[in-house]
Amino acid sequence: MALLKVSGLAKSFGGVKAVSDLSFAVAPNQIKAIIGPNGAGKTTVFNLLCGVFAADAGTVEFAGRNISSLAPYVRARLGVGRTFQNTLLFDEMSVEENVMAATEAGLRLNAFAYLFRWPAVARAERQRREIAAEALKLVGLQDKARDPAGNLPAGERRLLEIARALGTRPEIVLLDEPAAGLNNAETDRLKHAIRAIRDRSITVLLVEHDMGLVMEICDEIVVLDQGAKIAEGPPLLIQEDDRVIEAYLGRPADNA
Amino acid sequence: MRANRRRLVNWLGIVCGFGLLASLPLFLNDFLMTIAVVIGINVIIVFGLSLLMGYAGQISLGHAGLYGLGAYTSAVMSTKLHLDPWLTIVAGALLAGAAAYLIGLPALRLRGHYLAMATLGAGVIMQIMFVELSGITGGPAGISSIPNLKIGHLILDQTGAYFYVVLAAVAVSLWLSLNVVRSQKGRALRAMHGNELAAASIGVDTARAKLFIFTLSGVFAGLAGGLYAHYLTYISPDSFGTSLSILLVAMVVIGGSQSVVAAGLGAALLTVISEYFRTYQDWSLVFFGLSLVLVMIFAPRGLFVETAAVAKRLVARVVKRRGPVES
Ligand SMILES: Nc1ncnc2c1ncn2[C@@H]1O[C@H](COP(=O)(O)OP(=O)(O)OP(=O)(O)O)[C@@H](O)[C@H]1O
Ligand SMILES: [Mg+2]
Repeated sequence: MALLKVSGLAKSFGGVKAVSDLSFAVAPNQIKAIIGPNGAGKTTVFNLLCGVFAADAGTVEFAGRNISSLAPYVRARLGVGRTFQNTLLFDEMSVEENVMAATEAGLRLNAFAYLFRWPAVARAERQRREIAAEALKLVGLQDKARDPAGNLPAGERRLLEIARALGTRPEIVLLDEPAAGLNNAETDRLKHAIRAIRDRSITVLLVEHDMGLVMEICDEIVVLDQGAKIAEGPPLLIQEDDRVIEAYLGRPADNA
Repeated sequence: MRANRRRLVNWLGIVCGFGLLASLPLFLNDFLMTIAVVIGINVIIVFGLSLLMGYAGQISLGHAGLYGLGAYTSAVMSTKLHLDPWLTIVAGALLAGAAAYLIGLPALRLRGHYLAMATLGAGVIMQIMFVELSGITGGPAGISSIPNLKIGHLILDQTGAYFYVVLAAVAVSLWLSLNVVRSQKGRALRAMHGNELAAASIGVDTARAKLFIFTLSGVFAGLAGGLYAHYLTYISPDSFGTSLSILLVAMVVIGGSQSVVAAGLGAALLTVISEYFRTYQDWSLVFFGLSLVLVMIFAPRGLFVETAAVAKRLVARVVKRRGPVES
């Protein structure tokens, strides 16, 4: 059974059809990519999956449950983690605290526990620290745990955002252009991290422009153009698909 | 280890600070002790407001109303129903918390100026109710002969003893505030303050987090109100107006909203100034307005937070020059 299933999803902004009649599914333990030219609607799809926008039509099913009308924080708690194309870190906090903050999704205590400092708070805090250490190790940021997040270079900010998403203990993570702005070494780290994430039975859905990366690590690819799906399949087939080649190469004006 | 040691130093500092405060009645005359009590009462409200402003990133221009609600609740219950003032103060705090919850439910959906206006309106409405519900509240004349707090046969009146009640209340509210700030709750709040979209993406229920802090700050304001009522043994609507709400916000901003302790120091500073300039009341508002503007321009994080940052840098420089001291 699919872990994430999207059916007939649509979203317009004013006159712009950002996403139209989109259906696809992500199987558990898969690494799947959504690709497409700039403005194709990829980020909008993520925002619909996470509940940042309400869809005009269609449903999102996660682990067999219709989550279409749930608020973003509820979806995060259910196991949908994400990163943002324009990295949104908490710059005032340390690297470690960024990830610990994310444990809010999976490790919640009631307000009185915090107010009166029940023993459960200290216990949970230790768990949060462990989760953070593990997530930071996975992306290779364990040595920077104490640094202010605001001091990280651009590439490591993207990696930290992934670690933060992992802090929610997700079943699926949605990564929006994780390789953007990364140098070669960092892209390598990212590649290892994504595989390691999958090895921990976390499903990965990513939006990415780095085709080398996509072709190398993905099991399946969905191609969007002007909000609609034009192809779906394994990397080798997608590379040879005429419509995909046309979308990317046939209309160079769109890629400017 | 390092974090533990720092925490130990912080707590030692707080304990020593309270020890010093506890010895104040030995040195200060009655007039100064009155100011000390008023400071304590304001500090309790300001702890809650600094959580609201500095951590949750919200604002309230209606806290004087919640403060008044606590005062009136406790005054009415103890004078008319003859209940024990210790109980009625707690009841006042809880009722003010409940009112804050009900106000926050719709108001916290608003942002920025709109939230400021909504809370301002709520504060004004509460003050009008203190005047208009004259059957219960005594109208413009207020309520007098409010019973004193007692421990057994010991009456805690305006002499030194009451100071310790307020000091204990300050300690408890500081403890609660720091428990919130220095925990996952505080982290979630800072996350929300940093970016609401990102906070939601990691499971923070932002609406609820705001409402929780607003409610807690209401409880603090109500508690302060009860303490005020049983200290003066007389209250009237004049004491709970919008100018006080604004003064409270000024205390938080001038002290430093992102630290409850700094905000508390701001409350102490402004209370002292406003008590000394009581005779020139209009001018003191002008003075506060001006200092608010100056602080926001030159020390946007607040006087005490900026001072602490400068001190930290100086210490770091000295330590560096001498070489590492530790390990
Ligand atoms: N919040 C919004 N308000 C109005 N229009 C929007 C909004 N978000 C996206 N759009 C529009 O929807 C379309 C799809 O945008 P989207 O950001 O999803 O594209 P994308 O595939 O992520 O592009 P890129 O590769 O540049 O990130 C674009 O035309 C964009 O201008
Ligand atoms: Mg995008």
